[in-house]
Amino acid sequence: MRKVYHEITQIAGNIITVAATDVGYHELAEVSSPNGTSLAQVIRLEGEHVTLQVFAGTRGIPTNAEVRFLGRRLMTPYADALLGRVFTGSGIPRDGGPRLDENLIEIGGPPVNPARRIIPQKMIRTGIPMIDIFNSLVESQKLPIFSVAGEPYNELLARIALNAEVDIIVLGGMGLKYDDYLYFRDTLEEEGALSRSIMYVHTASDPVVECLLVPDTCLAVAEKFALEGKRVLVLLSDMTNFADALKEVAITMEQIPSNRGYPGDLYSQLAARYEKAVDFEGAGSLTVLAVTTMPGDDVTHPIPDNTGYITEGQFYLRNGRIEPFGSLSRLKQQVNADTREDHRTIMNTMIQLYAAFKEALEKQSMGFRMSAWDLKLIKYGGLFEDKMMDLSVNIPLERALDVGWDILAECFAPEETGIPTRLIEAFWPAKAAVVAVAETGGEDGTVEQAA
Amino acid sequence: MTTKTGRIVGVNGNMVTAEFDLAVHQNEVAYVVVEDLRLIAEVIRIRGRYADLQVFEDTSGLRVGGRIEFADEMLSVELGPGLLTQIYDGLQNPLPAIAEQCGFFLPKGLQVVALPRETEWDFTPKAGPGDVVQAGDVLGTVPEGIFQHWVMVPFAFQGSYRVVSVAAAGSYHVADEIAVLENEDGQFSVSMMQKWPVKRPIRAYAERMRPSEQLVTKMRILDTFFPVAKGGTYCIPGPFGAGKTVLQQLISRHADADVVIIAACGERAGEVVETLREFPVLMDPRTGHSLMERTVIICNTSSMPVAAREASVYTAVTIAEYYRQMGLNVMLLADSTSRWAQALREMSGRLEEIPGEEAFPAYLESVIAAFYERAGIVRLNDGSVGSVTIGGTVSPAGGDFEEPVTQSTLKVVGAFHGLSRARSDARRYPAIDPLDSWSKYPSIVPADELARARKTLRDGREVQEMMKVVEEAGTSMEDFIVYLKAEYLDAVYLQQDAYDAVDGSSSAERQKHVFDVMSKIVTAELDFPEKDSARRFFQTLSQVTKDWNRSEMDSPEFVSLEGRIHDMLAEVARNA
Ligand SMILES: Nc1ncnc2c1ncn2[C@@H]1O[C@H](COP(=O)(O)OP(=O)(O)OP(=O)(O)O)[C@@H](O)[C@H]1O
Ligand SMILES: [Mg+2]
Repeated sequence: MRKVYHEITQIAGNIITVAATDVGYHELAEVSSPNGTSLAQVIRLEGEHVTLQVFAGTRGIPTNAEVRFLGRRLMTPYADALLGRVFTGSGIPRDGGPRLDENLIEIGGPPVNPARRIIPQKMIRTGIPMIDIFNSLVESQKLPIFSVAGEPYNELLARIALNAEVDIIVLGGMGLKYDDYLYFRDTLEEEGALSRSIMYVHTASDPVVECLLVPDTCLAVAEKFALEGKRVLVLLSDMTNFADALKEVAITMEQIPSNRGYPGDLYSQLAARYEKAVDFEGAGSLTVLAVTTMPGDDVTHPIPDNTGYITEGQFYLRNGRIEPFGSLSRLKQQVNADTREDHRTIMNTMIQLYAAFKEALEKQSMGFRMSAWDLKLIKYGGLFEDKMMDLSVNIPLERALDVGWDILAECFAPEETGIPTRLIEAFWPAKAAVVAVAETGGEDGTVEQAA
Repeated sequence: MTTKTGRIVGVNGNMVTAEFDLAVHQNEVAYVVVEDLRLIAEVIRIRGRYADLQVFEDTSGLRVGGRIEFADEMLSVELGPGLLTQIYDGLQNPLPAIAEQCGFFLPKGLQVVALPRETEWDFTPKAGPGDVVQAGDVLGTVPEGIFQHWVMVPFAFQGSYRVVSVAAAGSYHVADEIAVLENEDGQFSVSMMQKWPVKRPIRAYAERMRPSEQLVTKMRILDTFFPVAKGGTYCIPGPFGAGKTVLQQLISRHADADVVIIAACGERAGEVVETLREFPVLMDPRTGHSLMERTVIICNTSSMPVAAREASVYTAVTIAEYYRQMGLNVMLLADSTSRWAQALREMSGRLEEIPGEEAFPAYLESVIAAFYERAGIVRLNDGSVGSVTIGGTVSPAGGDFEEPVTQSTLKVVGAFHGLSRARSDARRYPAIDPLDSWSKYPSIVPADELARARKTLRDGREVQEMMKVVEEAGTSMEDFIVYLKAEYLDAVYLQQDAYDAVDGSSSAERQKHVFDVMSKIVTAELDFPEKDSARRFFQTLSQVTKDWNRSEMDSPEFVSLEGRIHDMLAEVARNA
């Protein structure tokens, strides 16, 4: 029988200190008072002083509350029966269904041995050209959507999840608005995906620290399913709330902040979660798509900044579109060589020209005279935004590549694109080339050089 | 021997405070005993009867009163044949061996010997009884992959020794005795393996020299514009996603070094996997063997224990120095030194030291300086020359170079390859900023031509800035051509297609040849009737030059494309 302690010597923020002996670091405890019971975890040992972080917060906790140490670390139930269910971060049902208390697994388990990892190589097709062509998503990738409040990032998450060919979807909500929680639940249900989904939801009205448990719980359960051969997609929204909860704890613990109040270990804390993404050789995989809302729309803010240093790229969602600049899938080159031979060239060329378009646009907005080249770029930019960037476009990769060639041919002569001659010969749309020449007035040289 | 022990009195993250009875020393290794596991730790502060330890593993489950055993030695690595091709964690545990024992995950408290004891090595003696030797002198050799691995007098041996005996030629294990040496204090047995404390530089050489010889990386922007020297240092700061890791990976493949040590420090595990899965099947054109045969990977990625990150860079540099002692040119690539600095910061915070800027410890700068100081080119006791070149990436918070790690690093390195967000967004790879970066080492191309190319790049940028204000029409034809030349040089020379089999690596010879053509174009006086035709000329020229870059040197295609470039130039050159 574990001992029970009553002597809380300090309460600050969501942290309590109690006098106790024979307690393990990171051990779990239950803190009970007439106001309720909460889980707590040991975060510091100093002689007889044991400091705990109380997940449901310390509001109303009296100094004589009962602290019962459980002799174990954080655990969560793992079973097929989790599918279709909704829980809180600490694994308590939110959907009125039965509690699951069997087959507990440890959360925040050890990292995967890098020597056992394999190079990811399965593309996840989304039907979104800005992803499939320009920043292909890959199984086992960890990738956040950088966005700001008001953007349809949860819609984008849901759309990718439903298009992706995965076996199980694990959704972790941190500080999720109740409406957004219902949106996810209803969308998964309508699309018939609920029965292969598990949701761990911490809403904006739940105690702040409880959201710290959500990513670890999601990832532990997802990892188990992956080890059993399932392809699992973990959706985490919004990791900014998770990082803010870390900050709150650090400040209460009087840690010296490193940057804008955030603790120096923010990078390691986030990495410990994101690095759970993995492709197990001979078993399944775990892919992580997260949302990071950028405070003040500032990508240099410590949360997006540290995230960017950890994840394998990011999608910038702005004005309802995935921005080509800044968006990046670092695993794309693992998969985009084997799709179609023009994939990489279209990807690079169209982005470079879009960058040039932005410059031309700037000139235009300054009221400068537009050169013939600028005008071509302006036309190109418009077409690119309508036919590629618009999120309503939902076409397979191959079709999207064809659209790319059409756009180029509609705006430019072949050699203006810098595309290797070999590919021009193979892919440049014949008819459109004539149109382009006609439009540029058929200047000397252009046609002959292309031929 | 009795073990010195202590008791846990506090646990705070990966810092454990211990009470001890017998003398302990700073940086001594200690083991924290938890159930049946022994977690490795290092003493980092002593105050009265209390020692603060940084534990290199997850501290969950530790209890006040728990047992601590002090090891009476500093954190050390094993040096000997068998290091090459290995993949170690920051404390030199071989990861493949752990995977064999434990499967997918990294358990804690596991220590596995770094050098396999059963492997037999084919020893050839080089010294004989009566020879007088000192630390670093060769006692014999064993073939290790593509090298003759020198079995040396241990570096810890001070002064001169007389060789009593050396093993006869034959097969031995690393721990077998292969020589007996003596001095006035007695006789000492020597094996093929020695231990060395990672935080102490190996200094068994005759003299340290100035790095002046090129270390060719086959990246045009580096070798021509911002070169690296054998025994020199460089850093690559840049915001996330700008291309630091890709650049280091390219250098690890193509650099003209004998041995490459990759220290993956606190970054993504997936990136290491690319290296460790691809290197065994990639051929090194210099040796005809796989790249893995010249490589050691030290891998302490971001979800592995934080304190071991700090150890990992020292483990890596110690192994680098060891191969340098064999007269080899060693390249150490550390990605990212910022993660190591962050590990220092975390520990400093737990020690409640007075923080410096951005909460980094006040001694950050001297720690960084001491690390890069371990690079160098040296003349060994037998006259041969070996070098350690260190290149580290830096990951500045918010991509802002005005932060402590970048600034401390810039003070000590010989070359600065600053990556810019603007260039990586525009996919101008490698995204090294050609105007901000610098190198103190000599280039492979003539200095005056280089200066002209630099000036063109600078002037081109100025014209570009100006055109933002005065518009193209308000720019003189002369200025406009400078701008186009700069853009051209950028597109076809500074930028390099890493994924193209030919363009991906450009030999020094090729660079000299191509740069010569670039110089002609840069200095040529060109005539165009109007700006649009000038622009079109350079667009076509770029296209042809890129095709040229993609063709094998001296192939018929290469020759014909070069001819085409000259013809194109002749057509528009003034006085043509
Ligand atoms: N030389 C290059 N050629 C083509 N693509 C590149 C090149 N360098 C970088 N990239 C692209 O940029 C991505 C990010 O590069 P990389 O991983 O090297 O960035 P990083 O600076 O190391 O970022 P972080 O600090 O987050 O680790 C790559 O996955 C690749 O898509
Ligand atoms: Mg990197």
